[in-house]
Amino acid sequence: MTVVEKTAPETAPGGAHRTPAPARPSFRHRLSRWDVKYSPYLYVAPFFLLFGLVGLFPLLYTAYVSLYDWKIGADDPGFIGFDNYVELLHDAQFWKSLANTLSIFVLSSGPQIVIAVLLAALLNMKLRGPTGWRVGVLLPYAASLVAIGIIFANLFGPKYGLVNGLFELLGLDRVDWQADRLSSHVAIALMVNWRWTGYNALIVLAAMQAIPKELNEAALVDGAGAVRRFFSVTLPLLRPTLVFVVITSTIGGLQIFTEPKLFDAMPGSNNGGSTNQFQTVTLYMFQSAFENFNLGYASAIAWVLFLLILVIALANFLITRRLTGNGGK
Amino acid sequence: MVTLPQLLGRARSVSKLGRPNAVVYGVLIAFVLGSLFPFYWSFLVASRDSGMLTDQVPPLLPGGNFFANAARVFDAVAFWKALGNSLIVASTVTLTTVLFSSLAGFAFAKLRFRGRNGLFVFIIVTLAVPTQLGIIPLFMAMSELGWAGGLQSVIVPNLVTAFGVFWMRQYTVDALPYELIEAARMDGCSMIRIFWSVCLPAVRPAAAILAMFTFMTSWNDFLWPLVVLDAGNPTIQLALEKLQSGYYVDYSLVLAGTTLATIPILIVFLLLGRQIVAGIMQGAVKG
Repeated sequence: MTVVEKTAPETAPGGAHRTPAPARPSFRHRLSRWDVKYSPYLYVAPFFLLFGLVGLFPLLYTAYVSLYDWKIGADDPGFIGFDNYVELLHDAQFWKSLANTLSIFVLSSGPQIVIAVLLAALLNMKLRGPTGWRVGVLLPYAASLVAIGIIFANLFGPKYGLVNGLFELLGLDRVDWQADRLSSHVAIALMVNWRWTGYNALIVLAAMQAIPKELNEAALVDGAGAVRRFFSVTLPLLRPTLVFVVITSTIGGLQIFTEPKLFDAMPGSNNGGSTNQFQTVTLYMFQSAFENFNLGYASAIAWVLFLLILVIALANFLITRRLTGNGGK
Repeated sequence: MVTLPQLLGRARSVSKLGRPNAVVYGVLIAFVLGSLFPFYWSFLVASRDSGMLTDQVPPLLPGGNFFANAARVFDAVAFWKALGNSLIVASTVTLTTVLFSSLAGFAFAKLRFRGRNGLFVFIIVTLAVPTQLGIIPLFMAMSELGWAGGLQSVIVPNLVTAFGVFWMRQYTVDALPYELIEAARMDGCSMIRIFWSVCLPAVRPAAAILAMFTFMTSWNDFLWPLVVLDAGNPTIQLALEKLQSGYYVDYSLVLAGTTLATIPILIVFLLLGRQIVAGIMQGAVKG
C-alpha cells in the first residue's frame, strides 16, 4: 500500500510503515497506517455531511411536506396526498408565474449569449491593455442582485425613470415598464443581461483562446473573410462551451427571484406586479411559504420547479452530447 | 485561380489578423460605459435630492448631497450592523469553504481511497442540483433549532460548496507533485501535516481565487437570508431591500445606501480585477 497512486510499492523507498518492523507493530506504526487509510474519508467528509444535511435532505423533505396541509404555526399538519399538486395544476397564478419565468429566461439568455460571443470576439483581438477591457466588461458582476434591482427599478420608473425620460426626448411614448407584462419582462431580462453578459463573454473568450491560431490563418490564406471564418472556424469549436453556458444559465435563470422581487412598483411586495405580470415561480413559492404561510403548497411549487429544471438540464445535457459527438471532439 | 499577388496579399493580412480598428475600440468603450453607467447613476442620484428625478433632463454631474444622504441612511436602517453582519458571515464562510474545499480537493486529487471516483462524480452531479429549492424544510429545521434570526443560520449551510471542492481538486491534480508528498511521508509527516505544509502552499493561487468568489457570492446572497433572518439582525442586502421597501419614493436615500453597499465590493474588484478575470477564464477551461 502506498500513500499515493503513481509510485509503485517496489520503487518507493518506504514511508514510515515500510521501515523494518519489529515483530509487533508499534503503536506509532499502526497510527500511521490508519492515518493513510482513513484520513482521506475525514477530509472529504465535511462536504458530504453538509450536503446531506442542508442540501439533499431538505430537498427530499420538500417532497414530504408537499403531501401535507402544512401551515406555519399549525400543530398537526394533515396528510392530503397529492391535493397540493392537483390544486397547483388548476392554479392560474402558478401557470402565469411559470410562463413569466420561461419568458424572462428566453429574453435574457438568448440575446445574452449572442452578445457575449460577439463581445468575446472583440476581446480576442490584439487590444492594447487587454486586462483592462476584460475587467471593464466584467464590472457589473461586482454589483449585488439587490443593488441591480434597486438601480434598475429606478431607471425604469414609470413616472420619473431615466429610460422614460429618454424615450420622451426622442419623441417616443412613455412605457409603464412595471404595469405591462412584456415590457416588465424586457426590463428584468435587461438586468440579468447587464450583470451576466460580460461574465459569459470571458468564459467564451477563454474557449476562443484555446483555438489554435493556425486554423484561422489557414482559413484566411484559403480566402475566407472575417465573417466566414467566424461562422465556419470559430463558432463550431465553441459549441461545448456555449452549451455549458446555456446549462448553467438554465439552472440559475429558472430560479430567478431577486430581480423580479425588487423590480416591483410596490416595494416589499411578493406579487410580482399588480396582476402578477412578472411574478416568477420562485417568487410565488416564496410568497406561498412566507407570506401566506402555506408551507405544503409552497413545497409542491418547489418540487415541480425542481423536476422542471431537472428535465430541462437533462435535455440540455443530451443536446450537448449529440453536438459534441458530431463535432468530432 | 488564385494569383500570386492575391496570395501575397492574403499572407500580408495574416500578419494583420486580429488587429483591432477604431470601430472595435468604439464598441468596447460603449460597452464599458454601459457597464459603468448604472453605478454612476446610483451615485448621481445619491449625491443630489430626489427632486432631480422630476427634471425633464436630469443633471449629469454629481451634486454635494452624498454625505447628507448617507447620514440619513444610517438613521433609517441599521446600516453598520448590517455591514458588520455581512462581513462576519462572508469572512467565516470564505474561510471554511477554502479550508474544507482544499482538504477535500487534496484527498480527491492525490490520495487513494476506496470509492474515490464514485464520490467525486457525485460531487460533480450535485453542482447541478438547485438546492435553493430546499429552503422550506431548511427554514423549518432552523426554527426547530432556534437558529432562525441568528447569523449561524446563514453561515452553517454555506460552510463548504460542491464547486469549491471541484475547483480545488482540479487545481491540486496539476499543482502538487507526488514526489513532494512522498518526501514528506519519508520525513514522517502525518497526512494532515502534509496537507498543511505541502499541499496548501502549492495550491495557494487557486485558494485565493476561490476565496474571492466565495466572499462575493456570500456578500450578495439574498433569498436565504431574507427567509431566515429578521429585520433586527440583517445582512447588508437585507438592509438595502428594507430601505427600498420603506422609502421607495426617496430614491436619493435608497441609492445612497446602494452606493455605500457597493463601494467596498467595487474597490476589491478594481484592485483584484486581474485575478478575478483570470479565475473566470481558468474555470471556463477546466470546467
